[in-house]
Amino acid sequence: MEKFTVHTGQAAPLRRSNVDTDQIIPAVYLKRVTRTGFADGLFAAWRDDPEFVLNQNAYANSSILVAGTEFGTGSSREHAVWALQDYGFRVVIAPRFGDIFRGNALKGGLLPVELSASDVESLWDTLDSDPAIPVSVDLGAREVRVAERVWQFDLDEHSRWRLMEGLDDIDLTLRDESQITAFETQRPQWLPRTLLGT
Amino acid sequence: MPTTAPATMAEKVWNTHTVRTRDGEPDLLYIDLHLIHEVTSPQAFDGLRAAGRKVRRADLTIATEDHNTPTDNLLTISDPVSRTQIEALRANCAEFGVRLHPLGDAEQGVVHVVGPQLGLTQPGMTVVCGDSHTSTHGAFGALAFGIGTSEVEHVLATQTLPQQRPKTMAVTVDGRLPDGVSAKDLILAIIARAGTGGGRGHIVEYRGEAIRALSMEARMTVCNMSIEWGAKAGMIAPDETTFAYLKGRSHAPQGEEWNEAVAAWSDLVTDEGAQFDAEIHIDAAQLTPFVTWGTNPAQGAPLSASVPDPQSITDPDAQATAQRALEYMDLKPGTALRDIGIDVVFLGSCTNGRIEDLRAAADVLRDRRVADGLRMLVVPGSARVRAEAEAEGLNEIFTQAGAEWRFAGCSMCLGMNADQLSPGARAASTSNRNFEGRQGRGGRTHLVSPEVAAATAVVGRLAAPADL
Repeated sequence: MEKFTVHTGQAAPLRRSNVDTDQIIPAVYLKRVTRTGFADGLFAAWRDDPEFVLNQNAYANSSILVAGTEFGTGSSREHAVWALQDYGFRVVIAPRFGDIFRGNALKGGLLPVELSASDVESLWDTLDSDPAIPVSVDLGAREVRVAERVWQFDLDEHSRWRLMEGLDDIDLTLRDESQITAFETQRPQWLPRTLLGT
Repeated sequence: MPTTAPATMAEKVWNTHTVRTRDGEPDLLYIDLHLIHEVTSPQAFDGLRAAGRKVRRADLTIATEDHNTPTDNLLTISDPVSRTQIEALRANCAEFGVRLHPLGDAEQGVVHVVGPQLGLTQPGMTVVCGDSHTSTHGAFGALAFGIGTSEVEHVLATQTLPQQRPKTMAVTVDGRLPDGVSAKDLILAIIARAGTGGGRGHIVEYRGEAIRALSMEARMTVCNMSIEWGAKAGMIAPDETTFAYLKGRSHAPQGEEWNEAVAAWSDLVTDEGAQFDAEIHIDAAQLTPFVTWGTNPAQGAPLSASVPDPQSITDPDAQATAQRALEYMDLKPGTALRDIGIDVVFLGSCTNGRIEDLRAAADVLRDRRVADGLRMLVVPGSARVRAEAEAEGLNEIFTQAGAEWRFAGCSMCLGMNADQLSPGARAASTSNRNFEGRQGRGGRTHLVSPEVAAATAVVGRLAAPADL
């Protein structure tokens, strides 16, 4: 996973709440067996609409998405994260995220930043009046910075460390493999097995 | 065991599955059962291959084909991209030694229907799957939740998951559901009250008299939709209903082990004095058939109500969301929900594709016809459910009524295979999501119970059996 420290880029205001994962990428786009190639499906239903924010030239090069609350509710499809990344996003800012989406984003290095609804509203207004204004997201300081303004955000220390170091969860877990093995010896015998004769 | 502080059921299952705790890190949870399907697993298997890893516990892993399979035949997957995805699952399961129930197999079906019917889902277990409706398995008192593909790979490699400990919430449903009110009506009403994010960060325990009175299949319907209000998981304490469902199933414990298991399962109740972080109370007696009018599962109302006026909603964000939903759904405020005409009825999914759901709909459709011009699809949740329904003659009732009798799969619930709504078509669906385009681009979805689905098919407008 690519390390995340500070990212500075343009931001696109997506003035909608409850953008579920079916909106981020509809199921018909989930048939690929690779981790890439999902950009075409991103917000597929809205991409033909010239009014849609990503179709406006001013926001065409955005790498930060600023959305309404409950972003990424619904399906567990990690393809939603991959589609956003394939399109070029490194950060999504919203007042609140669907749990599974947020977990998937943290695993994949797409930084989910929670700011209050009023801060998001204020950021939207700024981006409406000045689409080119650079937005910085500093994971080390847990800050979003736009011009002279600074917003703090929360992220648990463990997730922050993993993202900043670009660490793989499986490698981290396998440090404790002896404890996993020890745990397995104590599981009740009657627990089900899927393979016969095991 | 030494005397410990009173604990909730969720905390008990969590604590017995914690491989290790460490300050400043998530707990490492052991996973008892990992369910796999074709859509969220190929990239996980690729990851294992790239790192030279194996599946640590193939004997705790099972795969089925469901999301992307055809339901009009068992032989031909005409879309080459879909076929490639199915073939990838078959190749991966063969390479890594994972048991697979493929298209055409007697135990193939929607992953959340297959696990319980095999007896693989048992109380007190941890169950995960790369699918958000894994919460279904919580009906047995299991801690079950959906995960992404990176986590699928993590479980395949380590049989564990690092997890932050969630909060707990009690949803107590007092009293009895009135006649004609189903588990689906109950959960839709709970979601409408709590909102799409109302359960976020919590493991929810559904409890109270009305929950105790539900069958196992009805409990699965309730727990299935826990994710629709953002909950980490939904659980129901195991009881005699649970034990009776499990006894004799192929993977349930037998003989002396059955007695040991029942003794352990019987402890899986929330202790007196245990504290939940949040509580909701629902009066079952007040409930009536419930349907959705909008584009998220929380935008619902009693069938007897009308389409709400967004102007009457005070929260500006909820108002804007409702306004947009009505535009997408092509509905006008004040229209009686019973006056909404329906083009397609979908009966199936991991929410309502089990034998009791099919029976309930067939009872309504017996000696009746679906309305002229309306299309009804009946898609059993599994091959076994389909066979059971045929043994009972339910397929005859459906086909004589003019409905299509299909093979098992996820089908029109998510519109990934060929079973999709055409743009502008309006569906009454027993599934779990009414998101924009969920059942096909431009399609409009009203979530309903199997009973309402069947009555709607007959009337051609949203209706309950009492309207017939």
